[in-house]
Parts: sequence; structure tokens; C-alpha cells
Amino acid sequence: MDLYTFLIQLLNGVQYGLLLFLLASGLTLVFGIMGIINVAHGSFYMIGAYLAWSLSEHLGSFWIALPAGIVLTVLLGMLLEWLLIARLYQRDHLYQVLLTYGLILVFEELRSLLWGDDVRGIGIPGALSASIPLTETLSYPVYRLWISGICVLLAVAMYLVIQRTRLGMMIRAGSSNREMVQSLGINIQFVYRIVFAAGVTLAALAGMIAAPVSSVFPGMGNQVLIVCFVVIVIGGLGSVKGAMVAALLIGLVDTFGKVIHLDIGGVKVLPELSSMGVYLLMAIVLLWRPAGLFGTKP
Amino acid sequence: MNAIADSRARLVMLGVALVVLCLLPAFVEKYYVQFVAKIMVMAILAMSLDLLLGYTGLVSFGHAAFYGAAGYVLALLTPQYQAANFWTSFPLAIIGAGVLAMIIGFFVVRTSGIYFIMVTLAFAQMLYFLFHDTKIAGGNDGIYIDVRPVAEIFGWQPFSLDDFVHRYYVVLVALVVVYLLLRMVLRSAFGHVLVGIKVNEHRMMSLGYPTFRYKLVCFSLAGAIAGVAGYLYSVDAGVVNPEYLGWHLSGAVMMMVILGGMGSLVGPMLGAAVWLLLELLFQGMTKHWQLLMGGFVVLATLFLPNGLIGLADIVSRRRDTSDGHD
Repeated sequence: MDLYTFLIQLLNGVQYGLLLFLLASGLTLVFGIMGIINVAHGSFYMIGAYLAWSLSEHLGSFWIALPAGIVLTVLLGMLLEWLLIARLYQRDHLYQVLLTYGLILVFEELRSLLWGDDVRGIGIPGALSASIPLTETLSYPVYRLWISGICVLLAVAMYLVIQRTRLGMMIRAGSSNREMVQSLGINIQFVYRIVFAAGVTLAALAGMIAAPVSSVFPGMGNQVLIVCFVVIVIGGLGSVKGAMVAALLIGLVDTFGKVIHLDIGGVKVLPELSSMGVYLLMAIVLLWRPAGLFGTKP
Repeated sequence: MNAIADSRARLVMLGVALVVLCLLPAFVEKYYVQFVAKIMVMAILAMSLDLLLGYTGLVSFGHAAFYGAAGYVLALLTPQYQAANFWTSFPLAIIGAGVLAMIIGFFVVRTSGIYFIMVTLAFAQMLYFLFHDTKIAGGNDGIYIDVRPVAEIFGWQPFSLDDFVHRYYVVLVALVVVYLLLRMVLRSAFGHVLVGIKVNEHRMMSLGYPTFRYKLVCFSLAGAIAGVAGYLYSVDAGVVNPEYLGWHLSGAVMMMVILGGMGSLVGPMLGAAVWLLLELLFQGMTKHWQLLMGGFVVLATLFLPNGLIGLADIVSRRRDTSDGHD
């Protein structure tokens, strides 16, 4: 592998990792603050991607589809929290898993009803369709850099909102003691609604911006959800910093696993098996630190 | 007094159900015999999950892995265009599922709560992608079991798995054996430790019980029993594909347990029957039956947290109190 190929794979790995972070941070926020495990998180990623495709077709531009999709998913998140999730706060995780499992089935079928079961694709938006030439044959697409940039920007914004704003203060207080915050006159119900909607929107946004580089297909959410779980298990539950480190780690392991062909004692490891590397990583972390790299307690 | 009457009533009900199940093939068409056999297979799977969910408090979201693994053991043991032997392939499939559960359990049982849910799902999906993405056993198309296993032993063939009635009775016997086995396990000292772990694991630890080992054995046992169901289903279907390992099934089984009522053995069996009947009903109504299924799951989770058994208890308790006032 020469330097440029290595560089391209490195950038791809980081970009994939950042996208995973965007997804996993929504999941870990909702859990860390509200104590809710949401297995339908992957569905929101799928919904985001389909929204980006469908709205781009109808509105004519990816750049109009993006804000429109964000508004729709914020509303979807708030509606779901109000209608269903709010009834789960006092319940065991088992019921949270079941209800959100039911939501996966519902969303998959709604997707099938609304948008069909075909694989779709969106072209990379015009302004970002250029590539940066590295050598005579190799180049790197600008769009992928843009994805990474958006993810970093959102990560910083998330940090600032949680650590530096009044809303962030309420969110942090609400995660440690719901009743106390409520008795201080803060509408914790509303804070939770915002957090859940933010989680949904982060997942959907990840789906929207990933849509032009990965195809839009049924079941895309489930695949990514599992990787999100692995990110959270490795990073530590509820830890946004952990999610960042673990997501980058997995992005790199997965990307390089696909291009490096291992030869162990003359036996070639199948490239298909490279996706197992991610799970291997999880198994090692579980043995070494069952609470994850940045988790406080199991 | 009431509890005794209750358990006696339950015993009578189980007895009646068993007699009905024994006589069923004589009275109904092939389609329904096979449908009831499918319910019984799912009942075995649901009971095995309830051992984790309802008794030990381990919320496993990857239980289908062991079910599917047993199917794959059978598929890989079956030579092309020839039959495997029932008496060797069945135990090997169960052992295979159990050993797999022990290996996965070694990693997952050290976690608890929400971690456990995510990690069990992740390992199950790892297995799913292993069979889905590689060429082992036919990739995502799955693998056909061309010829059903033969039940020949020392030249004698007590039954033929090619006959759907024989298959039905094999499943029925398996169901009864699994039920009795689980009943025995739950009434043993081992079973009481499991329930203790569910209620308060730290207390059990301080009482000197190595809870990790207990949970690991429990997880492996549940996996092996899931293997019984997976093997029987694969024999009936004649095909094994990665969906057998997938989380759609894991979630569905979980729902069967909750729907019937967890923490009892009758509950999961009841839940399996209701779930499959609903599926049949919805499939007859629309192509998008999963939508109705999903809606049902959401509503059942919200309004029927203790399942049908719990509902029956509430009804009978209400009746008791009104009797008391008279």
C-alpha cells in the first residue's frame, strides 16, 4: 500500500467513524439523559436517507431537502416522545426494547408503503461533486470531506450546547435527578422531548448526508444500528467522548480491515470476514473493561 | 388455598391441552397440523428465552442465534442429496447451540442491564453477517436440506420425518420433554438461585454463590433448548437461511414471552400460539401485515405489560374480592 492509498483509506475511515459518531451520539444521549434504550434508532437513519432522496426529487435540490428533512424529523421525534416514549420512563428496559422493536416493524412497512422496496440513489450535490486530485490516478471526493466537516461541527455544537448553555444545564441536571429538577420549576418533560427529538434528528441527519455516498435501501438502518451498539459498548454508555473515540476506532478498523489482506500462517483471511474485526474489538473491550473505555460502571 | 386451587386448575388445563394436541392430527387437515407444529416449535423457543428473561432477569435480544445455529449444524451435517441421521444430528445440533451459547455467554454474561441487551444483539448479528456475507452454507440465500434426516437406529426406523404427522408427534414429544425439564430445573436448588439472581444479584453474591457461573450455565442451557427448536423447525422447513439468526426473530420471541406472561412456563407457550395466530390473521388481511404486527407490539407493550397470564390473574383476583364481599 503506497502513501496515497493509505491516506485515502485513512480519510475514509475517519469519515465513516465521524458518521458513526453522529449516529451513536444520538443513541447515547437519549440513554444517558433519559434512560431510554431505543432500538429503533437505526430506523431514523433509514428515514433520513429516504427523506433526502424523496425530498430531493420533489423539491429539486438536495440543499432544500436537507433543512426540510431536518424540520420533519424534529417533529417526528417530538411526536413520538409525546405519544409513546413518555410512557416508558418508569418502565423496565425490557419494555423499552419491545416498544421500539415494534416501531422498527412499523417504520419498515411505512417505508415500503410510501417509498417502495427498491434501492435508490442520490447524486452528489453539484457544488460538492468535485474531487481533489492526489496523483495521476487517485483523487479524493470533496463531498466526503464535507461529511467529515459537518460531523465535527455538530460534535462541537453539541459539546457547547450541553456544557455552556442554560438548556444544557437543565439537560445535565435532568439526567442526574429528574424529580429535583422538576421541583425547581423546570419543565423536565419538555427538556426530555427536546433531547429525544435531537437524538432522532441526529440519526436522520446522518442518514441524509450519507445518502449520496451510500445507496438508499431497505434495512439500511438495522445494519448501522448494530455498529452503533458496538460503538456504545466500546465507548461506554452515556459517554459522548467515549462514543467519539470508539466511533473513530471502529471506522478505522472497518475501513482498513477491508483493504488489508491478512495472511496468518499461510492461511488467507477472507476479506468478507474483516467485518468481524469490529466485533472482535468489542469482545476484547468486554473482557478488559466491561463498562467500556470511558464508562463509569457496568 | 387459592394458590393450590389455581395450580390445580392450571394442571387440568395443561392436561386437557395435551390430550387435544395428541388427538389433533386425526381431526384436522395437513395445513393445520403443520401450523400447530410450528406453534409448538416456537413455544419451545419462547420457554427457553423465558428461562433467561423471566427467571434470571437476563434480557437477551439475540436468542435467535442459537436457534439458527442448530439449523445450520443440521444443514452442514446433511450430505448433499443424502440424509443425515436423526439420532446423531439432533444431539449434535443441541450441543452445538449450547456450546455456542457458552462461548457467547462467556463474554456477555459479565455485563448486565442495557449493556446485556446490546451485546447479545451485537453477537447474534455478528453470526448473522458471518452467514450472510460469506459463502459458508449458501450465503444469504441459505442452504437447502435436500433430504430430511432418517430416524434409523440399528436397522430399525421408529418413525419417518418425511411424514408430517410423524414430524408433528416428534415436536409434541420434544415440547413435553422440554416443559418437564424446565419445570424440574426451576424447582431445583439451581432454579432458585437463578430467581435469586433476578431479584438481587449482589445479595446472592454475598451469600457466596458464584453468580457468573450460574448465569453462564443458565445461558448455555437456554441456548441448547433454543437449538432443539431450531433443529425441529429446519427439519420441517427443509431450508436454513441467515434470517433464522436474525433479530426479527429474536424480537418476536421476546414478544411471545411478554405477550403470554413471563416468569411462567405456560405464558410463553400461550404467547407463541397467540403471536402466530395473529401473524396468520394479519397476513390474510394485507401485504403490509408487519405494520399491524408492529402496531400490536407497541400497544401490547403499553397496555399489557404482564401478558395474558397477568390479565387472567387480575380477572380472577377481582372475582375473588367480589366473592369476599358477598
